[in-house]
Amino acid sequence: MSMVPEVAGEAQAALAVEAGEPIPVGRKIIQGRSPWRLAWERLRTDRAAIIASGTIVVIILFALLAPLIASWVGHGPNQQFIDIGEDENGNPVGPNSIFWFGTDSSGRDLFIRVVYGARISLSIGVLATLTSVALGTIFGLAAGYIGGWVDALIARVIDVMLAVPFLVVAISVASIWRPSFWLVIFVVGVLGFTYPARIVRGQVISLKEKEFVQAARALGAGPLRVMFVDLLPNVTAQVIVFGSLLIPAAIVSEATLSYLGVGVQPPTADWGAMISDAQGYYQYGYWWYLLFPSLALLITTLAFNILGDSVRDALDPRGGGIYK
Amino acid sequence: MNDVTAVPSEAAAQAGGTDGDDILLQVENLVKYFPIKASGFFQQREHVHAVDNVSFTVRRGETFGIVGETGCGKSTLGRSIARLHDITSGRIVFDGQDISRISQRRMRPLRREIQMIFQDPMGSLNPRRRVGSIIGDPFAIHRTASGAERKRRVQELMERVGLNPEHYNRFPAEFSGGQRQRIGVARALAFQPKLIICDEPVSALDVSIQAQVINLLADLQKEFGLTYIFIAHDLSVVRHVSNNVGVMYLGKMTEVAPADKLFTLPRHPYTGALLSAVPLPDPDHFDQRQQIVLVGDVPSPIAPPTGCRFHPRCPKAAPLCVSEEPLLEPRLGDEPAHLAACHLPMAEGENLTDFRPTIVAAERVIESAGILAPDADGRADSDGNGAGGGSIDALPTSREGGKA
Repeated sequence: MSMVPEVAGEAQAALAVEAGEPIPVGRKIIQGRSPWRLAWERLRTDRAAIIASGTIVVIILFALLAPLIASWVGHGPNQQFIDIGEDENGNPVGPNSIFWFGTDSSGRDLFIRVVYGARISLSIGVLATLTSVALGTIFGLAAGYIGGWVDALIARVIDVMLAVPFLVVAISVASIWRPSFWLVIFVVGVLGFTYPARIVRGQVISLKEKEFVQAARALGAGPLRVMFVDLLPNVTAQVIVFGSLLIPAAIVSEATLSYLGVGVQPPTADWGAMISDAQGYYQYGYWWYLLFPSLALLITTLAFNILGDSVRDALDPRGGGIYK
Repeated sequence: MNDVTAVPSEAAAQAGGTDGDDILLQVENLVKYFPIKASGFFQQREHVHAVDNVSFTVRRGETFGIVGETGCGKSTLGRSIARLHDITSGRIVFDGQDISRISQRRMRPLRREIQMIFQDPMGSLNPRRRVGSIIGDPFAIHRTASGAERKRRVQELMERVGLNPEHYNRFPAEFSGGQRQRIGVARALAFQPKLIICDEPVSALDVSIQAQVINLLADLQKEFGLTYIFIAHDLSVVRHVSNNVGVMYLGKMTEVAPADKLFTLPRHPYTGALLSAVPLPDPDHFDQRQQIVLVGDVPSPIAPPTGCRFHPRCPKAAPLCVSEEPLLEPRLGDEPAHLAACHLPMAEGENLTDFRPTIVAAERVIESAGILAPDADGRADSDGNGAGGGSIDALPTSREGGKA
């Protein structure tokens, strides 16, 4: 009740602050965190995300270290072992201590080829997705913000592209030009831009009525600045979420094209092409030929899908909502 | 609002310096229509008549208030002056330069001189960008300062508007509503513009914060000699800050007058009705006051009423009001600065509740809207037709029969 101790206490506190002493225990320092930081912290505590990203890291390591693994095992990806890699009839050999995943119809080490296949799948998956996302964002921003005939044109192009079956276009394009690694990226990337473009366009149409866009215009910002400085940061989260889900789709598309023979050309090791080769064999007991490439494809796409889901949950401010 | 300290007229006198007729902004016959989708292929395209033939002038260093109901076009008017909308017709002369038709590119240097403060302090700040970068936007856009220089100037601005400069790296969501509005003010202030269009700057804030922001705006006006266009629907706020006030109804300017004149001697019945709705702190006084309750909604701005746009709701409406549009001019021997667009302006001390429209019910049918007006006794139709219609019900709500 007495005033004196209180005043003294206040004076002490003031002195403490002036002297730069630490804030007394029990007072929590409230620190501002950016939306990205918050998302990252949510992601870090998500067990599914940790497992999925761990798997992806392992796959990436395999892809990066493929030549090292090959030299360590002593088998090249295209090296044919006619003597030990094939049985007396010239058919594949099952898994054993030399060939862990067995061999393929040409007597090549399936393990090394699956490891090398990861290089193709990952690089095409990521590059094609980057192409799709970059194109989609640019076209989506332009269509949404500029509107008018630009929007009408882009929207019609997207409609047309969505209406045409992906494989028909891909096969036609591959048959006009020579099928190659870059052609697959081009086809998968360009045909995949429609979905991110539609998402970005929709977001931008709702965002451009917001007052901060009007404020930027009132300050004298041109359309490019409004699109890339003011609107882009507000659609990045959606773009990242969609991009992370687009990677597995691109990997599957690539495998499909290679399976059909219009993707990456032999003798390059590729999961889709390997599955295609295995087709004539697996029903006669050569199960490993089909199993290991398929498993690699399955694990990779599953890991990316789970990670993509977790990224979406982390970036969604309503995280932990009704679906959890 | 009693604690607001700065008096705008003082600020004007100080800032203006020169004679009082130093015109900064002149708006002549400004028209802004928004096209809406026609229902049929061959049908004529319809338009929302958001701002229709509005003229007024703003003098250097003064605050020009614009009041009106929601949807009367006051925000559109503000944004048209800032050239965020392309205007349909009319002329905007800013500081001697006609800016009504110039391209957005040529408008850019002028944007330093005309700034805006927006209503929604959350919506007008980009949620994904840091405050320092938001306030630094003007410097970045006009390439006048970068790096450490930009940061220094941003922090100066933050300090000037009463924000902690150490909060440079925070996000808008980390500030309160009042602080966010200060951020908006700091951004508008970056180039010390000549004109700031305040689009309901305090409507989204609670009352104590409103006073703070209004005081800040008044201080800044004094310090930098700013001119404000102050758009609001809160009459007491507008009365406090403005030198001159324009009242808008359905895209039209119905009355323009010096603030004290408008509030003590309104000429237009619409102004009278608005003033009678201002809450008073004393409940006894409030109960005794003559209150004019306008019945019905504002008619559609797609097909506004003929003549005076207020006639379907006006207690004084006469046949002339339906047939002929009144001009905005001095009425009943008013000074030249007091203009009203009304054929039958209110005299001093006139009680609007004493009046009944002298136009017959049939004439008050708004054809396009298809709504029936009330009977001659001023009551809404009991059959429900009048529910959404343009009519006025002048109700004396008091124990003393309407005389305050």
